[in-house]
Amino acid sequence: MSKHNSSKMHFPGPHNITRFRLANGITVLAFSNMSSKSLTISGMLSSGGIWDPPGKYGTAHFTAAMLMRGNENNSFQEINDQLEGVGASLSFSASTRNTYFRGRSLVKDFPLLLALIRDSLTRSTFPEIYIKRLRNQLLTGLIIRDQDTQEKASLEYDRILFRDHPYGTPVDGYPDTIQAIQREDLVRHHQTYQPQDAILAISGALQEEEIKSVIQQFLGDWNTVDGISEPLFPALPPLTKTTRLHFPIDGKSQSDIQMGCYAPNRSSDDYYPAYVGNHVLGQFGLYGRIGRSVRNKEGLAYYAYSSINAFDDAGSWEFSAGVNPKNVEKTIALIINEIEHYLETPVSKEELEDSQSHLVGRLPMSLESNAGIANALLSIERFGLGLDYFQNYAKRIQAITPEQILEVSRCYLDPEKLVIISAGAKVK
Amino acid sequence: MPIELSEFTLKNGLQVLLKEIHTTPIVSQWIWYRVGSRNEKAGIQGISHWVEHLQFKGTPKYPIDELDHAISRVGGVWNAMTHLDWTTYYETLPSQELDLVLDLEADRMQNSTYDKDEINAERTVIISELEGNENEPLFHLNSAIQKAAFQVHPYNHDVIGTLEDLQAITHDQLYDYYRMYYRPGNAVLAIAGDFDSDTVRIKIDDIFSTIPDQPGNEKVIPQEPPQTEEQYFEIKGPGDALYIQISYRAPCANDPDFFTLALMDSLLSGPSPLVMFGGGSISNRTSRLYQALVEKDLAVSISGGIQSTLDPFLHTFVLTLEPGSDVQAALQAFDEQIENIQQQKVTAQEIERAARQAEAMFDYGSENITNQAFWMGYSNIFADYQWYEEYTRRLQSVSAEQILAFAQNQLASQNRIIGLYIPTPEAD
Repeated sequence: MSKHNSSKMHFPGPHNITRFRLANGITVLAFSNMSSKSLTISGMLSSGGIWDPPGKYGTAHFTAAMLMRGNENNSFQEINDQLEGVGASLSFSASTRNTYFRGRSLVKDFPLLLALIRDSLTRSTFPEIYIKRLRNQLLTGLIIRDQDTQEKASLEYDRILFRDHPYGTPVDGYPDTIQAIQREDLVRHHQTYQPQDAILAISGALQEEEIKSVIQQFLGDWNTVDGISEPLFPALPPLTKTTRLHFPIDGKSQSDIQMGCYAPNRSSDDYYPAYVGNHVLGQFGLYGRIGRSVRNKEGLAYYAYSSINAFDDAGSWEFSAGVNPKNVEKTIALIINEIEHYLETPVSKEELEDSQSHLVGRLPMSLESNAGIANALLSIERFGLGLDYFQNYAKRIQAITPEQILEVSRCYLDPEKLVIISAGAKVK
Repeated sequence: MPIELSEFTLKNGLQVLLKEIHTTPIVSQWIWYRVGSRNEKAGIQGISHWVEHLQFKGTPKYPIDELDHAISRVGGVWNAMTHLDWTTYYETLPSQELDLVLDLEADRMQNSTYDKDEINAERTVIISELEGNENEPLFHLNSAIQKAAFQVHPYNHDVIGTLEDLQAITHDQLYDYYRMYYRPGNAVLAIAGDFDSDTVRIKIDDIFSTIPDQPGNEKVIPQEPPQTEEQYFEIKGPGDALYIQISYRAPCANDPDFFTLALMDSLLSGPSPLVMFGGGSISNRTSRLYQALVEKDLAVSISGGIQSTLDPFLHTFVLTLEPGSDVQAALQAFDEQIENIQQQKVTAQEIERAARQAEAMFDYGSENITNQAFWMGYSNIFADYQWYEEYTRRLQSVSAEQILAFAQNQLASQNRIIGLYIPTPEAD
């Protein structure tokens, strides 16, 4: 294991992260990065696609995309004049459970950015003309999505794995559901934005006192509305057998494969053994064991890897590859073969040490920019990782053993219980 | 205080740029070779990119798996890119590992193995990459535009090459190409990060000075004569969305008019993304073409862009239209904006605003060491580092009169190619 000179104190931690909570419940994590001239704000709310009414999937996504189209204080034109005029950016997006925002500006424009975040979250006006315009843009995006082999394979994989669970529905909806959404649906969804579970993470050349006073000024009077509670998340449907489906998209030179099964959620004790084990299986170097088999040895694909998508209450262990249509079945067989081998015997000591060393060594790179730090702070709060997360990270990763990896992986991965999706040209 | 750059050239011609940045314990090393698709002739189109792939296949000192293993193990990331004028390799990793990648790059500059079995395995990987590109409508459209724009200059083909050539290129062609272009006199080495310049300078001298520089008979690049009339074409392919690409022949990066072009492009379609790594793009909703096309419901998106190239290349706009849109109305609105900028002087405020946006992006980019090292090397391929450092100042110094005169010539209809991608849902 290599030893890095960088001190753990260099990373954000209890000694240099400011964490406080406003009276309305917003939790703020801030890191003063005085070597930078700019700042990044990342934030999230507990409102997402799970709130979408039946038949109106995409409402949360549509609502988030409308936030920059006008509010009580500014028109669409004024919002963008202010932002673009100073080289700043601000965007909103939705996932199944959450709505996210991310802003970036020079330090002097911190109040401007926060004023626009406040106005978007609490004072959006949803002008009809922009609903119509955005609807057309979203529908065109869905048309393009349906022609994209990678997106199609991913969408169908989620649909089959999660079935009726909210994770099985694309957050950006379907053409008929986007068509069905009315202005009142957007307004109603906007009312689910509440401050009490919101998280705001900031990194930039700002002093603690300035951060506190500006946030209090712009977000301190955002009040909670009573009677709004998050819908219950149903249990995940069990995965009992392998499902193999192909979705033809004519005229495509390459097919995409997306296959996999459930994985641990982000807060589970199983997460780290699975995460490190997956790194051996489908990440290390140029895609780990899977890359070596599918790309290096067989020359079948430009990309072939595995990854773990871990959310608050579920996870997905995914295997992806883009190959010539005639090589789809061969590639699937190779990936299954690697999964079987991975589940037979523990990963070797050398493989494990390689992955552990990589995961620890790359930490400074993920934390060099304000965006990297702000995203990391958001995850720390969201998943309850603790302010000393980065100080303990190396120890946590290095404590994982081959036996733990095997035991945990066997709980989730079963080569006979996989969702296997491909999208692309029909094989003749 | 500005961070000083040290710049020197070894006796064998290797240009070196070093920049100490001590904010994070990492370094980013980039080595650039002055070879890309611009250096290719018929029959070997795609060879520059293929050579790039083969540079990851090992040397006697660093056999194939050891290269990847050595860098990945210390938490580093490494990759490479091939473009019109250049091929570049980079490694970003913990600063104490710089010696490893200095030695690696010196070694693979002269000792790459070029094993025949590896070449054949990589042939199918590259064809798979080509097939992935071919899935995208905009790849086909851009490819056809380049072919139409350049009759004699090698900018007329895609960097990835053609299937025919990729199937036919031989081992000897690849190896000879490598020997011709991979030499110190044809390279730029740029390193930014947490190191001591004096120490690293001595190391570079030790490691690289022994590599001989043996220039071969490099191909003379034919220059493209001016275009004399507007070109228009339509291509058909699968999908439902309609795309229009309009490309004007444009000056090279070292042309004094390039900054006028950059400013004009910023006003028409939004600021160019100066931050190649670490994010930082600014939206283009206040740009003239967005206002005229998207805000008038004639297109769902508009983007524009220029490239910093050695020879004159293209200034490109891409419009995405929803199915059933009125193409002629979109083109007419586009042309009205072109005529407007050809007939009326832009305001001082517009110029100031574009410069301010560029300045903000420079600040965002300075957070990321990989991004800084990228620009140190990249700017030296077509000009020098001053080109990058003075970018904002030179934008500010562009006058309204210069833009007016430039637009009248540059945006003349005989200087452009219009390509339409027409979706044919039943296409096979």
